[in-house]
Amino acid sequence: MQIDRRLVSHFDWTLLGIVLGLALLGLLTIYSATYSVTERHASGLATKQFYWFMVGVGAMLAAIAIDYHHLDRLAYPFYGVVLFLLLLVLFVGSTGGGSQRWLNLGFFILQPSELAKLAIVLALTKYLQYDEPPNGYRLRDLWVPFLFVAPLILLTLVQPDLGTAIVLSLIFISIMLMGGLRLRSFFYLAATGVVLMPIAWHFLKPYQQKRILIFLDPDLDPLGAGYHVIQSKIAVGSGRLLGKGYLHGTQNQLDFLPAQHTDFIFSVFAEEWGLLSCLFLLGLYLTLMVLSLRVVARAKDRFGSLLVLGVLTIFFWQVTINVAMVTGLLPVVGIPLPLLSYGGSSMVSMMVAVGLLMNVSMRRFTF
Amino acid sequence: MLLIPFRKEVAPEFRRRTNYLMTMVSIAFLLLTGRLFFLQIIQGERYTYLSENNRIRLKKIPGTRGMVFDRKGQLLIDSRPSFDLLFVPEDAKEPETTLRRLAGVLGRDEGELLGLLEENQGRPPFEEMVLGRDIDWRSLVAVETHQLDLPGVTLRIRPRRSYLLNSTAAHLLGYMGEIGSKQLKAQKEKGYGMGDEMGQFGLERRWEEFLRGRNGGQQVEVDALGRRVRVLHEVEDVPGNSVYLTLDRDIQETAYEALQGKVGAIVALEVNSGAILASVSTPAFDPNVFARGVTAEEWRALGQDRMHPLNNRAVQGQYPPGSTFKIVLAVAALEEKVIDPETQLQCHGSMAFGNRVFRDWKKEGHGAVDLHKGIVQSCDVYFYQLGQRIGIDRIAKYARALGLGEKTGIALDDEKPGLIPDSEWKMKRFGQPWFPGETPSASIGQGYITVTPLQMANMMATVANGGTLYRPWFVRRVESLDGTLIREYGPEKIRSLELKENTLKHIRSALADVVNSGAGTGGRAKSNMVAIAGKTGTAQVAEMRGAYVKSEQLSYLLRDHAWFVAYAPAENPVIAVAALVEHGGHGATAAAPMAKKVIEKYFFLQNSLPDSKQASRQGEIRAN
Repeated sequence: MQIDRRLVSHFDWTLLGIVLGLALLGLLTIYSATYSVTERHASGLATKQFYWFMVGVGAMLAAIAIDYHHLDRLAYPFYGVVLFLLLLVLFVGSTGGGSQRWLNLGFFILQPSELAKLAIVLALTKYLQYDEPPNGYRLRDLWVPFLFVAPLILLTLVQPDLGTAIVLSLIFISIMLMGGLRLRSFFYLAATGVVLMPIAWHFLKPYQQKRILIFLDPDLDPLGAGYHVIQSKIAVGSGRLLGKGYLHGTQNQLDFLPAQHTDFIFSVFAEEWGLLSCLFLLGLYLTLMVLSLRVVARAKDRFGSLLVLGVLTIFFWQVTINVAMVTGLLPVVGIPLPLLSYGGSSMVSMMVAVGLLMNVSMRRFTF
Repeated sequence: MLLIPFRKEVAPEFRRRTNYLMTMVSIAFLLLTGRLFFLQIIQGERYTYLSENNRIRLKKIPGTRGMVFDRKGQLLIDSRPSFDLLFVPEDAKEPETTLRRLAGVLGRDEGELLGLLEENQGRPPFEEMVLGRDIDWRSLVAVETHQLDLPGVTLRIRPRRSYLLNSTAAHLLGYMGEIGSKQLKAQKEKGYGMGDEMGQFGLERRWEEFLRGRNGGQQVEVDALGRRVRVLHEVEDVPGNSVYLTLDRDIQETAYEALQGKVGAIVALEVNSGAILASVSTPAFDPNVFARGVTAEEWRALGQDRMHPLNNRAVQGQYPPGSTFKIVLAVAALEEKVIDPETQLQCHGSMAFGNRVFRDWKKEGHGAVDLHKGIVQSCDVYFYQLGQRIGIDRIAKYARALGLGEKTGIALDDEKPGLIPDSEWKMKRFGQPWFPGETPSASIGQGYITVTPLQMANMMATVANGGTLYRPWFVRRVESLDGTLIREYGPEKIRSLELKENTLKHIRSALADVVNSGAGTGGRAKSNMVAIAGKTGTAQVAEMRGAYVKSEQLSYLLRDHAWFVAYAPAENPVIAVAALVEHGGHGATAAAPMAKKVIEKYFFLQNSLPDSKQASRQGEIRAN
């Protein structure tokens, strides 16, 4: 394949630096989170994550290389594959922690709900790429996107994976709003959601109901379900300004933290590195988002803008909810921190997302 | 707000929307920043404290208590570390699984362990439940090696007191118990803490400061499952000192066996030092029960037992001395020259005094009786008359000189003084003068008079050694674990009775004949091994007016107490013994054989001792 020299000159090196920085911090923190004080070495998870990162780099390069205009054709097939994988999970998925989320492919274990984030972004972008009506879309104009997003969310919900289902819904709504859903229609939608909430409550698993109740009052069960939030807050709070030092976070090293290398990776980081580093980390995410917004503004077509907006919302919602959750602002729903949390599927799909972002960014001057 | 310049080609509607989005992102990140600032700066100190608290546990390592040996260096009380197996179900994710695994590791019954879990349902969360006390070595190793597979299972080290004599010396050695809240208040500055063990009775209590070890401690970092990760800080524990007693394990055992099934006490001491060789009180208790932690039920049972097994009858039991008290009268009479030893008094089987008739134990009477015969045959009428001539105040003077009516001062708690009445006491106590009609009873050790078995043994030692009253003692020395001498004890004279040479000569000759003449009341104490001297006593519990009733015919609680006090050998005595059997009937039949057994054991050991000494000397020669 021929590489246009203009593409190279417009390549967003800052963005790449941010992504590499986040991934590096992730690897370091995973190493610490899986480090065993007694055995004085970490499990192999950091190394494994490094390999996933390398796979991710490859996937990102691929996502950069294909001109995003061709993605138009790939969007629906990709959606179809993801839908198929999610159905497969429903029947032959492997179970862990009380839910069925993974597909064992032999050489690696795939979590299709991670790919669903990308699938929703691509499919919606394709559908909404044409100029919107002057007064925006009404709900009845958008039954098609509802139709293809709903099964993904439902299939995720029944795994059950409440966190991902929420993120998928938020991504969906965000893109719809960006794509021209009328504000009034959005409020109708939101109102319906509020009405349906009590009904949805009954569909939640008892442990999920418990988590929401515990969120409202963590002291309800300080040693049971509230344990996670309390221990996480202790970890974050005891990090103070400068942290306890790398590999010296007692909450982390002594396993007081739950899921410390996945959903609670931020707590580990906060405990060992302190407030200043936390602000630096959040700053990296913020820069990533501001840069994306600049790409949205400068993209040469609506397809590109929407695509980047989609990627942006993936990052925004996951970072916000994850950090809010581990600091006790939101109930604990399993959501990984993009590029930092351990997990191959998440790492690769986030790298692809970043690739799409760069793709649009560097092609804003080409035709 | 960051405003992003748009290219003309891009739909203008995005402009507004991206600004909204930017606003949202900014708000969200401000919120998160604020939250982090709140947790890490404003509440940072609190959370730091909580995280320290999370991970650091203080672990007390109790100092091992000192060991106790008898006079030959035989171990009486051992202290060794013991391990209790504990389980905190909350620390285990799946308690049943852990217990099942544990059952496999220990080879114990699964159902039993799971049953314990069921039983402990009501316990406060995170409280340890005990799966096993003092587990054996094999189980200990098994648990240690499988610790990672057994979340929630921990071991608690606890020094375990082990009383090798079981009940045999229970009252003298005492027992341990958890420190009470009052004791804790009083002893706090000495480094005691909640849940510490402390000597509560006997030697354990009085020698507490020497026996107790100093607690050590560990600041241990634990992980979320409570497993220790590393020791942060450590204070060494200091073991307690060893205590060597004057007690002889073998004599003690003999005395205990002799009293088996009876209620009473035996005290044996060295005539020339007051050192206690044996001190038994029955019924006894097993101090090991206290060592493993006495249950409320067991404690109640011990406290409510009508035989009062917790009482040390040797120093706390106060009994009328009966005819053994005649020794006191004999001493007083000869010292005060009330009579000559040869003076004969008539005994017709009873004596009228005032409007009362005082009987002799022998209905037909003893005929003409001198001091020797009076003691040997224990003639009551002889001593009634003697008592009249001496008078109660002079009787009391000699009784007290011989150590009766006052605490001996042995290093045991709650020793009772007994009672030696005189006219002054009568006035103080009842506001009445002493009536002469009360003296006859006192003369044969009845009435108000009470004594403890220890006092009687000590009195016999004083008679035997020529008039020196020693304070009874039983701890010879205290050594630290490495053998450094810390404290040494020896005989302590309370007083020397400046007695005339003949006084004791006459009395001792009579006491020897009590046992050995064939005509005496103490014939059952006669030994082929050594010449024993002694005096029987049968102390009335209930007054039997008007009839001679055999003690055996009375119901148990109305039966007489049986006494035998003795020393041996009759010439140059070395050991003195007092034996008391509550409601035992006649001293001659119930108590005398016991005293004999104890004395014979002493001489049996004495005779076998030189051999072993010789053997060791030969060994030394060979080594040289």
